[in-house]
Amino acid sequence: MKGPFVRRVSTIAAGVTTAALAFTLTACGESSTESGGGKGKGVGLAFDVGGRDDHSFNESAARGLDKAMKELKVDGYMMTAKNGETEAEREQRLTSLADKGYNPVIGVGFNYKSSIEKVAKDYPKTSFAVVDSIAAGSNVESITFGEQEGSYLAGVAAALKSKTHKVGFIGATDNALIQKFRAGFEQGAKDTDTKIDVRSDVLTTNGDKGFNDPASAKEKAKGMLDQGIDVIYTAAGLSGNGSIEAISEKKGTWAIGVDSDQYQQPGLAKYKDSILTSVVKNVDVAVFDFIKSVQDGKPFTGEHKYMLKDNGVSLSTSGGFIDDIKAKIEEAKKNIVDGKVTVKTS
Amino acid sequence: MSITKKVDRDKLVLGLAAPLLAIVAAVAITSVIIGATGKDPFHAYQVMVDYGSKSDSQVWIINKAVPYYLSAVAVAIGFRMNLFNIGVDGQYRIAAFFAAVVGGAMAMPGIVQIPVIIIVAMAVGAIWAGIAGLLKVTRGVNEVISTIMLNAIAGTVIGYFLQDGRLAKKEGNMIHTPFLPDSAHFFEFPTQPKPVYGFVVIAALVGVVYWFVLNRTRFGFDLRTVGLSESAAQASGVNVKRMVITSMVISGATAGLVGMPTLLGVSYNYGTDFPAGIGFTGIAIALLGRNHPIGMALSALLWGFLDRTSTQLEFEGYAQEIVGVVQGVIVLCVVIAYEVVRRYGLKTQQRKVGEELAAQARKSDKAEVSA
Repeated sequence: MKGPFVRRVSTIAAGVTTAALAFTLTACGESSTESGGGKGKGVGLAFDVGGRDDHSFNESAARGLDKAMKELKVDGYMMTAKNGETEAEREQRLTSLADKGYNPVIGVGFNYKSSIEKVAKDYPKTSFAVVDSIAAGSNVESITFGEQEGSYLAGVAAALKSKTHKVGFIGATDNALIQKFRAGFEQGAKDTDTKIDVRSDVLTTNGDKGFNDPASAKEKAKGMLDQGIDVIYTAAGLSGNGSIEAISEKKGTWAIGVDSDQYQQPGLAKYKDSILTSVVKNVDVAVFDFIKSVQDGKPFTGEHKYMLKDNGVSLSTSGGFIDDIKAKIEEAKKNIVDGKVTVKTS
Repeated sequence: MSITKKVDRDKLVLGLAAPLLAIVAAVAITSVIIGATGKDPFHAYQVMVDYGSKSDSQVWIINKAVPYYLSAVAVAIGFRMNLFNIGVDGQYRIAAFFAAVVGGAMAMPGIVQIPVIIIVAMAVGAIWAGIAGLLKVTRGVNEVISTIMLNAIAGTVIGYFLQDGRLAKKEGNMIHTPFLPDSAHFFEFPTQPKPVYGFVVIAALVGVVYWFVLNRTRFGFDLRTVGLSESAAQASGVNVKRMVITSMVISGATAGLVGMPTLLGVSYNYGTDFPAGIGFTGIAIALLGRNHPIGMALSALLWGFLDRTSTQLEFEGYAQEIVGVVQGVIVLCVVIAYEVVRRYGLKTQQRKVGEELAAQARKSDKAEVSA
């Protein structure tokens, strides 16, 4: 059955190849980019997987740009990454933004590290920023956060609120960033309650799918609930919506949100009574500060760490579910800020 | 003479009909979908062609197509034998991972280093796929099940070793294997503004070898025979079990090459950001290219073209997902169009044979009567 087809295909293929070659030759020499950049068309923001409406990490960055658009009267353009992207796609996205004259260009997510480094070299007049990673370059600002410190506080809250003395952590993947969340949470829980049982798990061992997979987060959370775990902290971007949903279906259990104050998210309003608190990562503040610095003509460059003491990370209180343990959380926060407690990063 | 000419023309018409039908159907369906989102489809095509034909886009597309092509060939080797190797994804990732580990630990001249890295990758890919082959012949485990399970196991194995202090190290928020030394960087063609990866040469070679082995050797003949009918192959003296293992091993070794353009030409390490999913794209490209070396090359380029233009479409206000939809529609259309044309061809052939037989029967009837 396949023999004659193959022969037929080869005849056609030869024709098409010739046509394609002719096409290629005519276009040679003309490039889509002019290596211009720095023209000030507004802010170009490239999201990680999950997109603007992940109610979490990306959305926090988007809020920063929204605020800048309103208060600083700048224009902005946002683009989203797909699952399983390669370096080539990220580079292309940033190049397109820089080339179209967007300045600054911001890559939201650690995946953008190497692509920012490369593209920043090609567009020296444009300012770049990368969130959650440290990238080299004289026109690059690297924004990182003290996720472990915020997560430590979440661990404290979880340990105090758990009735079964079993708490769980769900991470998107097993990379260095997620390990910071996990390590902080585990340490905070154990420092508060020495008998506590902390179970930690990840959605995928590698790749970026774990940030964009609410279905498997839901399953994972259900499994944990079945084991008697009654407080679950999920650090997995958009996937977290799945575990919050699962937790809301079982009375007396709590979800801890991540990156944005998930109690306040309209998209999660149905489940908000199950959201104990959220480890807020103030990406919006960092993004806004950076855009402002570019507007003022003095763009930030180099490493910029947003820790607990800088209000770069915090524990949200909306809903009032942790009001009863406020004193203990404040105490834990003070210990970290004063340097009495050092939170591990892995 | 005139008869052969006529047959050839029929064949050519049928051969052209399938891809034409597929393209027309795909374009029509895509236009409807874009139209349904309230946008002008023709403007989208114009944007795609304009942007995709720029020189930097062409370089990008070729570079993108190289791993796609290698992945498609790996899948096609299985397809020709009626084996569905959906484990290419796991095979290339685990192969690239261990190749990166070995490469990062060595410091030898490139002429030694690069072949060693490539051979390690091919060996690891071959072993990983070989497990599925072995399970199939010894325990009758369907290769679809075993290869997809092996994908998950590969991911877990990589996840275990890709940790700070094990086989990898931490850099900021990333974890990756040690960098390959400069001597292990593959050569590039210095095109402007960005270079074309030298691995395109290896990909072309793989295509030629694939064509030659399948169509011009005893082994290739045996392989295709097993693919068409296992029992017939067995009866004619082919050791089917050995063929299953051998072809899985070769498919896996080819899969081992998929990660090499990235490892030796872009990242120089295997990190948490190493591309995943190319093995599945390879299945679509093998289907689209009908397992033919040139057909798959064109499909890989088409895929790269679509990937390239999706960002541009986003700038023009089209949903970025449109390109994903287009890719799916194309594969479906191709599979359906080929099947429709095949059935049509079969029917006309049957009718023709029927007519000829009937004519012969009439003739002999007449002969009997006159006798």
